[in-house]
Amino acid sequence: MVEEKAVPPPTVEASRPQEAAPRTIRMEARGLSVFYGKTEAINKVSLEMEANKVTALIGPSGCGKSTFLRALNRMNDLIPTCHIKGQILLDGKDIYAQEMDVVDLRRMIGMIFQKSNPFPKSVFENVAYGLRVNGMRERGKIAEIVERSLKRAAIWDEVKDHLDRNALSFSGGQQQRLCIARALAIEPEVILMDEPASALDPISTAKIEELIFELKKKYTIMIVTHNMQQAARVSDFTGFFLLGDLVEFGVTHDLFTKPRNKRTEDYITGRFG
Amino acid sequence: MGMKPRLSSLLPIGITGLMTAIIVLVVVIILSNIFWFGHSHLSWEFLSTAPREGMTAGGIFPAIFGTVALVLLMTVAVVPIGVVTAIYLSEYARETSPLTRAVRMAVSNLAGVPSIVFGLFGLGFFIQFLGTGIDRAFRFEMTFGQPCLLWAAMTLAVLNMPVVIVSTEEALKQVPEDYRHASLALGASKWQTIWRVILPQALPGILTGAILAISRGAGEVAPIMFTGAAYYLPYLPKALSDQFMELGYHVYVMATQSPDVEATQPILYGTVFVLLAVTFLLNLSAIALRSVLRRRFAGT
Repeated sequence: MVEEKAVPPPTVEASRPQEAAPRTIRMEARGLSVFYGKTEAINKVSLEMEANKVTALIGPSGCGKSTFLRALNRMNDLIPTCHIKGQILLDGKDIYAQEMDVVDLRRMIGMIFQKSNPFPKSVFENVAYGLRVNGMRERGKIAEIVERSLKRAAIWDEVKDHLDRNALSFSGGQQQRLCIARALAIEPEVILMDEPASALDPISTAKIEELIFELKKKYTIMIVTHNMQQAARVSDFTGFFLLGDLVEFGVTHDLFTKPRNKRTEDYITGRFG
Repeated sequence: MGMKPRLSSLLPIGITGLMTAIIVLVVVIILSNIFWFGHSHLSWEFLSTAPREGMTAGGIFPAIFGTVALVLLMTVAVVPIGVVTAIYLSEYARETSPLTRAVRMAVSNLAGVPSIVFGLFGLGFFIQFLGTGIDRAFRFEMTFGQPCLLWAAMTLAVLNMPVVIVSTEEALKQVPEDYRHASLALGASKWQTIWRVILPQALPGILTGAILAISRGAGEVAPIMFTGAAYYLPYLPKALSDQFMELGYHVYVMATQSPDVEATQPILYGTVFVLLAVTFLLNLSAIALRSVLRRRFAGT
């Protein structure tokens, strides 16, 4: 026993690649509760987001998964009655701490919305927006980053000849990838996606999913989705929310094949939801 | 039974159609009357010279000039203040706070105040308080402490403030929340979001407010009677502290205080015609500007 631990045989090492790589926790919720007025939308949720992994949140409508997501970049601050208890840490720092500037925070945590929402400006200006509000002025550098971001969002080939065209003249799927490019331009650490493909056709959805797979090499991603197949396809970890509780959280494959909780099993087998 | 449903469906159409026709008829009668009797008096001389012989002859150029100057000055004053107020109300103020409610109540009450009251307010506040204060402070001889172009424009600006505030607020509210969220999520501050995303989107609506203010401003007589419009001036205003002639007031003067009604009547018609034309042109230029901006910001 002792020998085996000290000098593990190479076969064991190879079969457990995940434990060999160092685990970095990018974001973490500790006992997070979110309230709208007196109504509790999220009840003491603790969850870790591993760096360069995709974490999916699933659950029926109104279960609190979107509320949880919006707490992570403090978009909930826009709702006057909304307040939280507990902690959210980004690289170990409390994002609700006094000294944390919410504008800086949102530069580190990008967000993709359910309904694609490019500005009614040109493709170029959409992607350049985050740079400009950050005070970048050098035209050459902005052009360079815009191109790089559009390439990373896998939409460069479709828009490179139309950078001056109004973003709203593109298809829904293209608009959504444009929004992803816009978020990438400011080099966030984390990207939050709130049902990014729910309004898209299957082909556009497949493109977004491929993109998510590519993006996790550089970014840490959390995706809220209604679509369980999608969660199973794109994510490394999955959390199941029900009525504001995080019922189960774990490695995606395990959660979908051998759920520990009866309610998770009922949901993923389609018995409700 | 056979007749009733038909009658009940015809009656509303008949009544609403009739009422609409009456309104249209009234407009047509007014406009054609003015056009018919007004256009024959138009001439280059009428448009380019000052009144003569106790306003029974000559032109109305000083009044045209004064009207345009007044309206432009009023617009320059009312639009920035109104827009900034609307931005505060729509983007910053908390809907539930007592202050916001008080401001909203003030704005809607302001809209209901008769225009003659604004005239008296202008006289009391701008001329006797502000103007006289400025004269004293800078040791001017009676400069701003008297009716003049500046105070008449300011009075009109106050009168039109609610129009601009309400229409700007409407325009701001129509900008979809999605854009705000997108901008904030990209790390833009609230002000950056307003300045770079919301205002450009709301600009056409804001200009609509300006257009309404212009239309109303060019036609108001009561607020400027005490604050700057002159009965008769042989020269044009050269400074903000000069008095001026104005088309609406000129109409009022000629209609009520003419020494020779017969001689004045064609001039009166001509003046009303020009007043309508000037208002229309000012509106038209604002509408043209709006459509240019709309194409630039929302165009495809």
